[in-house]
Amino acid sequence: MRTLALIKRIIQQLRKDKRTLALLFAAPLLVLTLMYFIFDSETSDLKLVVTGSNPLVNGVLEESDFDLTLKDKYSKEKMMEEEVDGWLHIQEGEMHLTLLNAQPQRAKAMQIMLAQSFNGNDVKQSMKADFVYGDADTNSFDVFSPMLVGFFVFFFVFLIAGIALLKERTSGTLERLLATPIKRHEIVGGYLLGYGLFALIQTVIVVLYAVKVLDIVLVGSIWLVLLTNILVAFVALSLGTLLSSFASSEFQMVQFIPLVIVPQVFFTGIFPLDGMADWLVQIGRIMPLYYASDALNGVMYKGYEINDIAMDLFVLFLFAIIFIALNIISLKKYRAF
Amino acid sequence: MQNAIHIEELSKSFKRKRVIKPLSVQIESQKIYGLLGPSGCGKTTLIKMIVGMMKPDAGGITVLGKRVPDASLLSEIGYMAQSDALYTELTGRQNLEFFAKLYGMSKSERKIRIDYAAEIVQLSNDLDVSVFAYSGGMKRRLSLAIALIQNPKILILDEPTVGIDPLLKQSIWKELERLKAEEGKTILITTHVMDEAERCDKIGMLREGEIVAIGTPMEIKAQYHAASLDEVFVKIGGGH
Ligand SMILES: Nc1ncnc2c1ncn2[C@@H]1O[C@H](COP(=O)(O)OP(=O)(O)O)[C@@H](O)[C@H]1O
Ligand SMILES: [Mg+2]
Repeated sequence: MRTLALIKRIIQQLRKDKRTLALLFAAPLLVLTLMYFIFDSETSDLKLVVTGSNPLVNGVLEESDFDLTLKDKYSKEKMMEEEVDGWLHIQEGEMHLTLLNAQPQRAKAMQIMLAQSFNGNDVKQSMKADFVYGDADTNSFDVFSPMLVGFFVFFFVFLIAGIALLKERTSGTLERLLATPIKRHEIVGGYLLGYGLFALIQTVIVVLYAVKVLDIVLVGSIWLVLLTNILVAFVALSLGTLLSSFASSEFQMVQFIPLVIVPQVFFTGIFPLDGMADWLVQIGRIMPLYYASDALNGVMYKGYEINDIAMDLFVLFLFAIIFIALNIISLKKYRAF
Repeated sequence: MQNAIHIEELSKSFKRKRVIKPLSVQIESQKIYGLLGPSGCGKTTLIKMIVGMMKPDAGGITVLGKRVPDASLLSEIGYMAQSDALYTELTGRQNLEFFAKLYGMSKSERKIRIDYAAEIVQLSNDLDVSVFAYSGGMKRRLSLAIALIQNPKILILDEPTVGIDPLLKQSIWKELERLKAEEGKTILITTHVMDEAERCDKIGMLREGEIVAIGTPMEIKAQYHAASLDEVFVKIGGGH
């Protein structure tokens, strides 16, 4: 089987290329860890001011880890001035929480801790939250970490597969390959499966690391996360090899990053899409990472099931099929069969 | 004798530059045919069109009775490119294994052919070294071994002996002559070295995409009253 021969060759080549392997397997973990610490730093010492005291509530709060202050009167202006994370106002048994939200992850932590404190107590659970800065939808690491996982899989697979095929072109081996009876679709298939294997390993490592070590929220199924990322890897692989035919050096391949990768990041949910102009949102819909983030965010953060993300997965699958077909067509300039 | 390669009114341009003028050549079976000409005269372009890797603008090529391009011809042609197309991360053996598999050879066949091809180019002792560590000459030899791997009827070799030392060059030529005589192979070789051209059964002298002389080395020298093929080129260049 010629495709198998190609797969074996790719494995042999990559096994000897330690730097590429490191880039593929270690670099995403490194960057992910760095992001984790940058965004998740210090959610301790949460400052909470309570007004309209209620002995029962105070008792509960004193037991938890808040930096607690009891006041008779308080205001949002004071909050901003004193950089207090939260202000809990109790009136006739109703609790009203105001969050500073200067750092979304601190606001989120405050809500979670409050919910935990009151859990199993008689205190009424319903709590209205108000935000000084931003709103409840402001993103934190939890919200965009699922997208980060997808992004790293996309980025590194795109680059490495693209450069590999580019090298095959510039070194003349692709031309030499096409002087053998191998068919165009066998070349594309071999590349897809050979590099797909490494992309698969990378995906598993990145996902496991993100979920098990960094403790990124995962409400839904890890298998769905893996499935989505495998599709992402195939899209990246086929797009990378396709675009490599428009590059004549590795440097030119790197030039595709601001052109192809960076714009996609804007549509992955780091920036809220609500505020964007309609036409801009429409542009997002032609970008694979938009669907990847939607699916990953759904599964990891919101606990979506497979039927909730089926449309996203289908679109990613379509992207891969289209890019693969274009790959096979683009080899036509070398040979007609 | 039947022609192995039949080229008719073939032409090719890159952008506005005419690299191959309409050109017709017949290459007989079981002969060593040399394409001789200075660098840039279009040898590689012509060869790529014969192998089927490049589309001609006009004209036709027939190899072994089949019109190029034809998928079934690829196994019949052993091609050695001018620039070494090798996987440098892999060892010589892994390179040979890979190409042998692409030709659909069985495991036992592969072993026999790899041993044979490596022996011919005297690389048997270096087969398990990464190509990365090969010298220029060794890479040339490995490329030649790859061209031989599937035991093709036709060998098309683009400047095969560049960078190879004179002693090994002699033994490679002996082997090419043996392949022709004993195994009935047709060999098309390009060169710009005159002493190699002298060993060909027939040569076609190429200049700026045109065949300016065809015949055995003796015939051509006699026709131009020249002592060497170098002199023929000088006379053609000056005379026309
Ligand atoms: N892909 C190409 N695009 C443009 N010009 C080319 C290309 N390939 C070859 N040429 C030009 O065609 C001419 C013949 O090249 P080539 O066939 O490689 O010559 P030779 O092999 O005899 O040295 C040269 O002038 C070269 O610059
Ligand atoms: Mg040449």
